[in-house]
Amino acid sequence: MSATEEVPAVPVLVQAPPRSAMATWQRGALVLLGLAAALAPIFVLESFQLFQLTMAVIMALAVLGLNIVTGYNGQISLGHGAFYAVGAYATAILMSHGDWSFWATLPVSAAVCAGLGYAVGFPALRLGGLYLALTTFSLAVAVPQILKHRAIEDWTGGVQGLFLVKPDPPSWLPLDADQWMYLVALGVSAVLFLLSWNLIRSRVGRALMAIRDNPTAAEAMGMDTATLKTRAFAVSAMVTGIAGSLGAVVIEFVAPDSFGFGVSISLFVGMVVGGVASIAGSIFGGLFVLFVPNIAEEISKAAPGVIYGAILILFLFLLPDGFAGLLRRLAARWRDRAAR
Amino acid sequence: MLNRRTLLATASAAALAAPRVSRAQPATPGVTATEIKIGNIMPYSGPASAYGVIGRLEQVYFRVLNEAGGIAGRKINYITYDDGYSPPKTVEQARRLVEQDRVAFLFNTLGTPTNSAIVRYVNQRKVPHLFLSTGADKWGHYQETPWTIGWQPSYRTEAQIYMKHLLEQRPDAKLALLYQNDDFGKDYIVGVRDILGDRFERTVRAVSHEVTDPTVDSQIVSLQASGSDAMLTATTPKFAAQAIRKMHDIGWKPPLHYLTNVSVSVAAVMQPAGPEKGVGIITSAYIKDPTDPGWRDDAGMKEWRGFMQRHMPDADQTDVNYPFAYGVSKTMEHVLRQCGNDLSRENVMKQATNLRNLEIPTLLPGIRVNTSPTNYHPIRQMQLARWTGSTWERFGNVIEGASV
Repeated sequence: MSATEEVPAVPVLVQAPPRSAMATWQRGALVLLGLAAALAPIFVLESFQLFQLTMAVIMALAVLGLNIVTGYNGQISLGHGAFYAVGAYATAILMSHGDWSFWATLPVSAAVCAGLGYAVGFPALRLGGLYLALTTFSLAVAVPQILKHRAIEDWTGGVQGLFLVKPDPPSWLPLDADQWMYLVALGVSAVLFLLSWNLIRSRVGRALMAIRDNPTAAEAMGMDTATLKTRAFAVSAMVTGIAGSLGAVVIEFVAPDSFGFGVSISLFVGMVVGGVASIAGSIFGGLFVLFVPNIAEEISKAAPGVIYGAILILFLFLLPDGFAGLLRRLAARWRDRAAR
Repeated sequence: MLNRRTLLATASAAALAAPRVSRAQPATPGVTATEIKIGNIMPYSGPASAYGVIGRLEQVYFRVLNEAGGIAGRKINYITYDDGYSPPKTVEQARRLVEQDRVAFLFNTLGTPTNSAIVRYVNQRKVPHLFLSTGADKWGHYQETPWTIGWQPSYRTEAQIYMKHLLEQRPDAKLALLYQNDDFGKDYIVGVRDILGDRFERTVRAVSHEVTDPTVDSQIVSLQASGSDAMLTATTPKFAAQAIRKMHDIGWKPPLHYLTNVSVSVAAVMQPAGPEKGVGIITSAYIKDPTDPGWRDDAGMKEWRGFMQRHMPDADQTDVNYPFAYGVSKTMEHVLRQCGNDLSRENVMKQATNLRNLEIPTLLPGIRVNTSPTNYHPIRQMQLARWTGSTWERFGNVIEGASV
């Protein structure tokens, strides 16, 4: 009797490693599947659709940047279009005035945007909630006008903007320029998504969320909230700035009119629709920001804004916690059923 | 034997036919036996959405044309997309039109920054980019962008016309020039230089302002100090109103004061400045103003009004964008008719740059559309008008810009 009673204990111990091995295998398959899904468009889609998808990937990256500071750290920013613009201009200026290669401009653009984000992070320490939202919003309104300013006109090209040329694919790759740009955007974004994912799941990530959820408790636990908040702003601005760099080369043109405050609002919409504080949600946010205005326009040319608004409201009704929330609920239901 | 011979014959026939088939493949994009696809991009949303009515009239115009049988048996499929006046969106929409919808060419895309964003793309692809809705002069640079052509008189042409009038009135005049420091304002400098040549340095005092400046008061004071006897105000409505008011307030009344036709709105410029303060200011026009009672019995405007009443009864007939859109659509229709049966991109471009003395019902009498392979400025003539204190009154003959 006692022997038979002890029997189940052993299989449980033995079973444990295979179950986690199974999970690893599943995870590996998922990653491969995701990779295949991400790469398939290169061979399946026509160049225009590939171009749209490239822009969607870039918007997803920009939304991810916003998500780090607003979603995970709780500092509302309505001014991320400014970082997007600065990143785009950093790349455009270096490429068209300095004849730099695109890759060489990325670290510079990242550093400039991180620096700017860090600087914006300081007033953010004293301003909370709505006040911070307005302060960052004023940044978004100011940047297009600053770009036109006479003092820097020689560099920025003033209202006329700057032209740049997208990088050619390496000669050993049998890809055209659009396919290569998609691959570049995808590669850069994948690296940044992975880094952000690691960041959020690290000690720092947990600290960021703790500060968002209860700043007093976080501080009482010994977290240096000021440092964490300003650095979160820097990282967030850097990610969005790199997205701006990618956007500039894909469009091959930057002008102050390209970066009105509408960009900041779009990013915010993308974040909310995709899912606040969700890495995967950022991807959906990018897709939404790029494709839904087109759908709205197809429905009505007379008032595309109204249709866009209606779709947005519909989304917020059906998916109050964003697309990521839907995924989370589906996953939970699936797990429940599996457990039963 | 017979079998083998048949086989051989078939094979060789197929081999001979194959190249012909493949040569027939790259047919003219966007053109079939029954249809021609035209692409357009307009700001239906966003800051410039007031111009969206241009696209709306064009849609109706081509629909009406199709109902009347189309052109040479082909219906016109006019595809128009919204870019919200945002250059990246314009690139996306232009690529959608060219690569996905496979339009034959782009027509009347609106805006200077938006067209700047796509001009290189369409020229690389050799897609005709016809009759843009923007007054920048660069759309006439046929050497650099041979597939892009404007329509309305450029700001540079306008400045040339003012200078021609000035030299005729006062050959020794000294000119004060207030311009907005951007593409738009700088086109006027170029136009003034075209006419004055090396006299520019001696006779012109040019002062600029930023769009972001709160006022232009100090600029006006320094221009007055230059002792000029003529003034050209090349700025947007808010600053134009400030300039007119300030000049009146400091008692500076140069005998000739030219004002860009961008800033002639009665409601946005002349009323705020004070209608009596601007009496005598000269501007220029090329489109018949739908609110001008002088055109009540004009044949061209009757045609336009008939079109509006029949097909767009709800539209605001005082909006000058409608006669503009009607005129540019008419030009397009003419080019398509002139193309005959050859609607290849090369021929469309060739015919668009081969217009001779075309009369358009909504253009002022005497103004004709002319293009050539070395003239990408279809409208180069304007007529001057003077502010009477309540309205703009046209005077003198149509003046043509310089050929440069």
